[in-house]
Amino acid sequence: MAKQRIVSTSINGNPVEFLAAPRQTLLEVLRDNLDLIGTKEGCSNGNCGACTVIFNGRPVDSCLVLAVEAEGGELETIEGVALTDGLHVIQDAFLGQAALQCGICTPGFIMSTKALLEENASPSEDEIRFHLAGNLCRCTGYDKIVRAVQQAAEGVTN
Amino acid sequence: MATVEDRQFRVEPFPGGTPGNQRLVEEGRLPDYDVVGTRPIRHDGTDKVTGRARYGADIKLSGLLQGYVLRSPHAHARIVSIDTSRAAEVPGVHAVCTNADMPSADHRAGDLGEGMVDWYHLNQNVLANDKVLYTGHAVAAVAADSVHIAEEAARLIEVEYEVLPPVLDVREARGADAPVLNDDVRTDRQPAGETGDTPTNVAKHFHYEKGDVDAGFAAAELVIEREFTTETVHQGYIEPHTATAFWSPDGKITVWTSTQGSFMIRMQVAELLDVAISKVKVVPMEIGGGFGGKIAVYLQPVAAVLSRLSGRPVKLNMDRSNVFDATGPTPGSYMKVKIGVDAEGKITAGEAELLFEAGAFPGSPINPGCMCVFACYDVPNGRIDGYDICVNKPRSNAYRAPGSTHVALATETIVDEICEAQGICPVEFRLKNAVKEGDERVDGVTYPPVGMWETIKAVELSDHWQSPLEGPNRGRGIASGFWFNFGGNSVVAATVNEDGTVSLIEGSTDIGGTRASVAMQLAEILGIAAEDVTPTVVDTDSIGHTDVTGGSRTCHATGLAAIKAAEDIQAQLRQRAAMLWDVESEQVEYGDGATLTGPEGKTISFQEISGKLTQTGGPVVGRGSVNADKHGGAFGTHIADVEVDPDTGKVQVLRYTVVQDVGTAIHPSYVEGQMQGGAAQGIGWALNEEYHYGDDGRLHNASFLDYRIPTCYDLPDIETIIVEVPNPGHPFGVRGVGEVPIVPPPAAMANAIFRATGVRMRSLPMSPPKMLHELLASDG
Repeated sequence: MAKQRIVSTSINGNPVEFLAAPRQTLLEVLRDNLDLIGTKEGCSNGNCGACTVIFNGRPVDSCLVLAVEAEGGELETIEGVALTDGLHVIQDAFLGQAALQCGICTPGFIMSTKALLEENASPSEDEIRFHLAGNLCRCTGYDKIVRAVQQAAEGVTN
Repeated sequence: MATVEDRQFRVEPFPGGTPGNQRLVEEGRLPDYDVVGTRPIRHDGTDKVTGRARYGADIKLSGLLQGYVLRSPHAHARIVSIDTSRAAEVPGVHAVCTNADMPSADHRAGDLGEGMVDWYHLNQNVLANDKVLYTGHAVAAVAADSVHIAEEAARLIEVEYEVLPPVLDVREARGADAPVLNDDVRTDRQPAGETGDTPTNVAKHFHYEKGDVDAGFAAAELVIEREFTTETVHQGYIEPHTATAFWSPDGKITVWTSTQGSFMIRMQVAELLDVAISKVKVVPMEIGGGFGGKIAVYLQPVAAVLSRLSGRPVKLNMDRSNVFDATGPTPGSYMKVKIGVDAEGKITAGEAELLFEAGAFPGSPINPGCMCVFACYDVPNGRIDGYDICVNKPRSNAYRAPGSTHVALATETIVDEICEAQGICPVEFRLKNAVKEGDERVDGVTYPPVGMWETIKAVELSDHWQSPLEGPNRGRGIASGFWFNFGGNSVVAATVNEDGTVSLIEGSTDIGGTRASVAMQLAEILGIAAEDVTPTVVDTDSIGHTDVTGGSRTCHATGLAAIKAAEDIQAQLRQRAAMLWDVESEQVEYGDGATLTGPEGKTISFQEISGKLTQTGGPVVGRGSVNADKHGGAFGTHIADVEVDPDTGKVQVLRYTVVQDVGTAIHPSYVEGQMQGGAAQGIGWALNEEYHYGDDGRLHNASFLDYRIPTCYDLPDIETIIVEVPNPGHPFGVRGVGEVPIVPPPAAMANAIFRATGVRMRSLPMSPPKMLHELLASDG
């Protein structure tokens, strides 16, 4: 194994240092080294979006980012979305609209939704569907996910 | 008694849903429940939106090793030798195993709940013995300090193969010259009970006949016979297979895994490793989708063997290409179906020949395919022959209404052709021919009360059907589908807490919200709020045998167990109240509003008496154990509007409505979710999904990039109309919902495409290249 490097980053607002081998993806380090298991692996090649995290303000597939690339960056994962006094409006909306079945894709959808709403607080249904097309869900047919994002957008706007 | 045709119906919004979520209501008949039919927040929801829910791959244990499975690069080859010595020497490697490290297995049949398995074949599927039968077939496995070390070591395993020609097509595979995959397979003819005497790929031949088929066709004014093909497709769950096992020095094996049925995993691990089931504990983690594909074992016994060899817990995860290469799929098929109708558009006869891919080992859903092919209609004379045929693809597995989607493509597009030829409206044809209570299926089953007719009625009354579709290259199609649903074994135990809540434990793994729908049924009986029940899915040492979450059975059968547990609690609380009041328990009633009433106006609420249990004999635990057998079949009819791009052949879905008889919707949101999700899978199967194999039998598209399932940008809103024809075999009328919705979409899309283009598509998927080919051919 190649020599591990120290990576300094910020995760969910807290400074974090971790060791990573050059070959390790950000997804692997989040899950295996840092115990942030809320970020899910569905394909490991950037096709399903289950591992979406927000990296320097943009949604990324953490399976396509090398852990060492996180040096100096700001990361936000599903573990950082809920507030200390309750759920985020997006999380409330996903529950209220029954926008999940098995739930494995849900963290990725919530992170993509958060990135969308931070960029566009009032997206149209077409914009929602276009923006979320990188996140695969096999259970819901997406209808209730779209409703949840619409509900969350109203919550964010209000 | 009024006939069904005289009854008055309307379609209206289902309370609590969006405008696209509707229901069929019969005038004067509305269900009256407190909890059933409402939409509480699911109990496991917060864990799932915060990332705290623990799925199969999320388990961590001290001393945990990571494994890697070496897989065959060939579709068909004899294993000459395996040398693992170099792998075993790699620093950080703790164990290497092959099939030789597992006990040998016998030819005996096991019932996994959604399909039978031969233990000998399952043993060879888990780790190949003398032959590999598909690319990706597991050959050996390594456990090491990290997955990277395990992978590097596995690549040092030397396997010498004698490569054999593969066979991938069912029609070729049943030919006399085809390479035979399994020299132990003989054709098993049912129901005759005869067995062939030569090695063959044709593992099963089912034959059903009813009435006088030749006379039925002779009486027909119009007979249409067509051939259809479908390609191999995958369930496409987002969570890859994963298993972690620890084989303790005391002989106990613990398996942490994501599965539809922890008790089926226990049985398979015990059988394949030749230990008693009591020595195996399966801890079900949250499951990231299954759809029938997470019932059979792949990694679980291998992880256990690696644990035995290393003395440490071992985790094995598949990557996405492994999932496509080696798990799933549902069969590709060839079908020839013939239907005759009289001048009035009544079906006089039907005939079907169905060939399904078994994959590497016998076990395709050919028998349900046979039973479903004419299941929607009153077919007085019918003959069905179905064949289960081995080909060099992964061993096929259940996929949502296994076999029914294939055959619905055939029957429902022929029905549409008949309607076109006879000038009958497709709704009218189906109202006329729909099966009703008392009709007999070709395989001999007589229907209990069913809601096929009502689903068509709902289509007729729907806004979608009544709204005109305009514009060039656009068309609307409908199609119907059937699934048996299932009952089976379920156990629930429910403990009354002193604060007036109930802790419910169950063995059914929750894939789509069944914790909520099971808890709601207990709450309805007890008269308490759904939120006052805490449902937990527990391991196999903690609850009685519970069958798979599959067959659309959980809400029905585990729900029945919850109802029985609630009734047990009621009986015990009546005794406790009688004790408090010094009367006989027969004098106490458990009434509405969760209140017990006794003589002389005595009353005590559920909450109050919950606080007095320790004074009256100790905690109260309700038990419910069922082997349910009155599940009641279910039907759905879908409406699809499409637009076909004449330049590219791309089919865009413009509007889609799912109508389904679910018996009774316990939690309408999750019922709608099943209907929408099943339809989305069916649309993917219809338009795009297929395994692409090279002539050498290698799978070319083992990724979500190249095996493209629908994204949210591909689909429109999916409207729902819930039909509730109660199942008399369940106190609330539950039939189950999960499987039917995948059945109609390919046929509905094909019928819509015909109306848009004049082209009949009889081969799935109706992908842009195939669509364009047919469009160009029809122009010429």
